[in-house]
Amino acid sequence: MSIKEADRVLPVTAGESNATREKRSVVQPSRIKQYEPLVLGTVSVVLALTAWQLVANARIYSILFLPGPWDVAQAFVKLFQTDDIWLDIGTSGMEMGIGYGMAIGVGLVLGMLMGWYTRFQYALDPFVNFFYSTPRIVLIPLFILWWGIEMPPKIAVIFLGALFPIIINTMAGVRNTEAALLRVARSFGASDALIFRRVVLPGSVPFILTGFRLGIGHALTGVVVAELFGSRAGLGRLIAQSADAFNMPDLFAGVIVLAAAGITLTAGFGWLENRLVPWTKD
Amino acid sequence: MYDRSAKLSAKGVVIEYWLQRSRTLFTAVQGVDLTVRPGELLAIVGPSGCGKTTFLNAVDGLIPIAGGNLTLDGREITRPGPDRAMVFQQPGLLPWRTVLGNVIFGVEAQGTMSKKESIARAKHQIELVGLAGFEDAYPLELSGGMQQRVNLARALLTDPEMLLLDEPFAALDAQTREMMQLELLKIWSQTRKTALFITHDIKEAIYLSDRVIVFTRRPGRVKDEVEIKLSRPRDLRVKRDPQFLTYEDRIWESIQEELAVPAERLIAGVPAA
Repeated sequence: MSIKEADRVLPVTAGESNATREKRSVVQPSRIKQYEPLVLGTVSVVLALTAWQLVANARIYSILFLPGPWDVAQAFVKLFQTDDIWLDIGTSGMEMGIGYGMAIGVGLVLGMLMGWYTRFQYALDPFVNFFYSTPRIVLIPLFILWWGIEMPPKIAVIFLGALFPIIINTMAGVRNTEAALLRVARSFGASDALIFRRVVLPGSVPFILTGFRLGIGHALTGVVVAELFGSRAGLGRLIAQSADAFNMPDLFAGVIVLAAAGITLTAGFGWLENRLVPWTKD
Repeated sequence: MYDRSAKLSAKGVVIEYWLQRSRTLFTAVQGVDLTVRPGELLAIVGPSGCGKTTFLNAVDGLIPIAGGNLTLDGREITRPGPDRAMVFQQPGLLPWRTVLGNVIFGVEAQGTMSKKESIARAKHQIELVGLAGFEDAYPLELSGGMQQRVNLARALLTDPEMLLLDEPFAALDAQTREMMQLELLKIWSQTRKTALFITHDIKEAIYLSDRVIVFTRRPGRVKDEVEIKLSRPRDLRVKRDPQFLTYEDRIWESIQEELAVPAERLIAGVPAA
């Protein structure tokens, strides 16, 4: 759809009931247009994969450096027939689960306290600012020195990576409670506890979910980079080891598993958001 | 005065607040004297920024008064209480709650009614404000006028001694506003609840009320008082009645004088001479 066409979508008049508040257009809506995003998206991915395959087939670069999508797919299947991959996925998954779970627990509590009690925020702001503006992965060598190459340093990095986006967004959610709603609640004599539970908390849910979603990206980066530095098992280790052995198909397969995990988790939170906060969609 | 028979009584009420950035004390209301009789609908009009909404907030107990005396049924007002309920200019509805959930929010916050009872009564109240069938609709699905009906129902459900209305129809379009005025009178005539109505719309004030009080410009005081002797029930045609127009002229001139005062009185915090 060109911009010109988009301009011809008519504005919806204010004050109409929702039943009539549907997108309007002066051209007759076509059925095909509905599937346009899906169709065009698929076509572009297929084209990209074809181009990749063609370049790989031309063998300008050795298969050592650039395997084609078909090679990667084969490696992927072979990889999943071994037990090692499940150990790697299990290890990384467990590190993620523990680190990210802790970040959610601690982040929610600290974020709410900082949003609700201004003085608490003033006191903790220096620490939050320090950690939020420092890439937490630079702390990995330190953690390895302290705790070795088992799970604890990875969990620590994932925890710190996900913690701060969750704190900051939760705090913003609590802070951004609409003043008009607070006034209504106070006017009816609501207690602070009731205001927090029934007004502030439900209103913060969209912000909190955004924090969770941003946290996933940081956590995934943390798990891979920490494993690159030194580990016995995990997807990061798989990628590092494959690179050392010039096993490009396996390396790509590791990347794909990570990408799939990221996309799945992010989409999961998107779905959760639609379920929990339907009122923001309009 | 009417002290004995007064529901609400204000004597020399002063309201001040600090402007944070410039650290100056600002006088919003300077010595307001007025009474609201039981069962009366009193409207306050005045130039914008005259402190009429601030005064209403003090009556609700949301802000403290710096001087004078403010009593409801002889009890001093210091904080919000179940004897008052406010209908706000902005509907202030919880977007994640249905109409029913929003209507019971007032009594829920007060903690004065069981959930079961409040739901049963809310359904009746929703019918009264003309929203039957919309109990399960969300605020975003409602028009501005319908949202204000929810706002009104929420206040009425708490069954207050006194209803406070802060320009509740100001944000609505002209036709919806007139319909809402008509509806409000219909609902009010069934309960005859003492009410204090703030507006900047002179026609609205006359049409609804038993008495109109005109505030001076800031800092606000009572400048004028007009008894509205139009018979009830009133339909919208009353607005073209010669008597109505006489009231309108009188109040309009009174406000006009306030707008024409010399510039030095515009300076914040300087009390009126």
